[in-house]
Amino acid sequence: MKYVIIGNGIASIGAIEGIRKVDTENEILIIGAEDAPAYGRPLISYLLAGKIGPDRLALRPQEFYEKSNVSLMLGTKVTGIDPKAKTVTTDKGDTVEFENLLVATGGIPFTPPIPGSDGADVYNFTNLAHAQTLISKAKEIKRAVVIGGGLIGLKAGESLFDRGVDVTILELSPRILSLAFDENAASLAGSRLAEVGLNVRCGVSAKEIQRDAEGNLKGVHLTDGDFLQCDVVVIAIGVVPNYNLAKEAGIEVDRGIKVDDHMRTSAEGIFAAGDVAQAKDLLFGDDRVIPIWTNAYNQGFCAGKNMTGTDVPFTGSLSMNSISFYGLPTISVGTVNPPENDDAYDMAVALDEKKKSYRKLVFHNDRLVGYVLVGDIDMAGMYTAFVKFQMTVPEDAKKQILAGEPDVLMWPDDFFKETWNPGVVEPD
Amino acid sequence: MKRVYPDKEYCIGCHLCEVACITAHSKSKDPIIAFREERGKDGLTACKKVFEKGDICVAISCRHCDEPSCVAACISGGLHKDPETGRTVYDRDKCVGCWSCLMACPYGAIKRHPTENKIVKCDLCEGREGGPACVAACPNGALKFEER
Repeated sequence: MKYVIIGNGIASIGAIEGIRKVDTENEILIIGAEDAPAYGRPLISYLLAGKIGPDRLALRPQEFYEKSNVSLMLGTKVTGIDPKAKTVTTDKGDTVEFENLLVATGGIPFTPPIPGSDGADVYNFTNLAHAQTLISKAKEIKRAVVIGGGLIGLKAGESLFDRGVDVTILELSPRILSLAFDENAASLAGSRLAEVGLNVRCGVSAKEIQRDAEGNLKGVHLTDGDFLQCDVVVIAIGVVPNYNLAKEAGIEVDRGIKVDDHMRTSAEGIFAAGDVAQAKDLLFGDDRVIPIWTNAYNQGFCAGKNMTGTDVPFTGSLSMNSISFYGLPTISVGTVNPPENDDAYDMAVALDEKKKSYRKLVFHNDRLVGYVLVGDIDMAGMYTAFVKFQMTVPEDAKKQILAGEPDVLMWPDDFFKETWNPGVVEPD
Repeated sequence: MKRVYPDKEYCIGCHLCEVACITAHSKSKDPIIAFREERGKDGLTACKKVFEKGDICVAISCRHCDEPSCVAACISGGLHKDPETGRTVYDRDKCVGCWSCLMACPYGAIKRHPTENKIVKCDLCEGREGGPACVAACPNGALKFEER
């Protein structure tokens, strides 16, 4: 088999589209552990909330696979990779030969050791099966405790609340959304959730999960001494790269599977992409695991092209999140919490708590390296341009950018023409 | 493929491209009804954005990029690249209104629908005889629809 891809998520879709951009002929085989066509993983919160039905989960129409000459081996786990023999073995007993392999196994939920967490009614919220379980559970329960106030935890909490469940979210740090957003944005999102009726408690976590003699879940003891009665616990602390398969095969791993600037691992003919990979970061230049949807697609796309033998360097991951809390949209891109005491960074902040509107721009020397928008998000893409293309912000344009009005006329003239009106020779 | 190319040397910021755009995407196909009624009632929105700086203007919309950032960012399968036509196609029924595309598109070519959790994006006036309405309406040849 010319191309074999382990994993059936968004990195895998990116890889198929990357391969097909160059090679429309040779067959691609996808081996996926979950028994479902590739679905939009973030959509599980929409499904749990009842906003969409299962018919809207698929990322690509069924005919996509036929048209792209892709065969699927779903509900199948890869049990081993042999980089020398260039084969993978599966739990169904198959051995598949490959010329080019992509490891796109994504992440697995991180579960800290909490006494009492082994047993019934403790769940994660990272895949379709988890969502389906919680949908049927939600009908018979009253109270849920969500451990973790990051993006996954808040979305799990919001969706369970929409199913009529009383929800308390616990976050160990002093505030929610500590990774992706800054304090002001987190506070606006938190008050929106509180307004609707969710309980969000920060600076506190679960000490022990209480069970009765039969092992039934009773509630959660908190680190501050409180006890919360509940029927289910959802652990949503975060995900870690699912790299064991690669590690056992002798492929180099660090925080994730190490890849070079062409998404190649240390083993010949084997590539990695998505939440499992540790790849070049656009802004910092070093290699990082950035488990972000867009990066997974882009890395998969780049890996796919390189698997065909084309030489395409990876431009680098850029952290970006767009998520709404009961109609309050929030966006964060790039560096949003710059290191304190570093004079090279400069910030401009505009907060209107009444209007629930917030804008934070982070500059590094004369470049925009990150931003946060809450409420009024319409100009997001224009800010992304400055971060992504690493354009310097001209002094006369800075005022306009700070006023929330970035535009394409601020771009360097050559870049503007090349982007919008290429191939035209201007009259002198 | 043919794309719409804006030329800031010729644009006079008249916004007629926007009027033509909403008319082409309206139910009535009448500029007055589209502008006066459907804009308010149905949230009819132009796919174009006109930027002005002194006497320099430009009208931009989706570039239908070869490798679009919006498709990479889409969590719902609502945006995809049509391998046959080269267009970046928006499937309104699949869209969940997460605004990931709006964030990811560095060309600022995606707008929020004013009343629904959907986006507004150029479809090159698919099916319209004579091609994109904005190009046809431009009085100074500042928009060109051609292969480059």
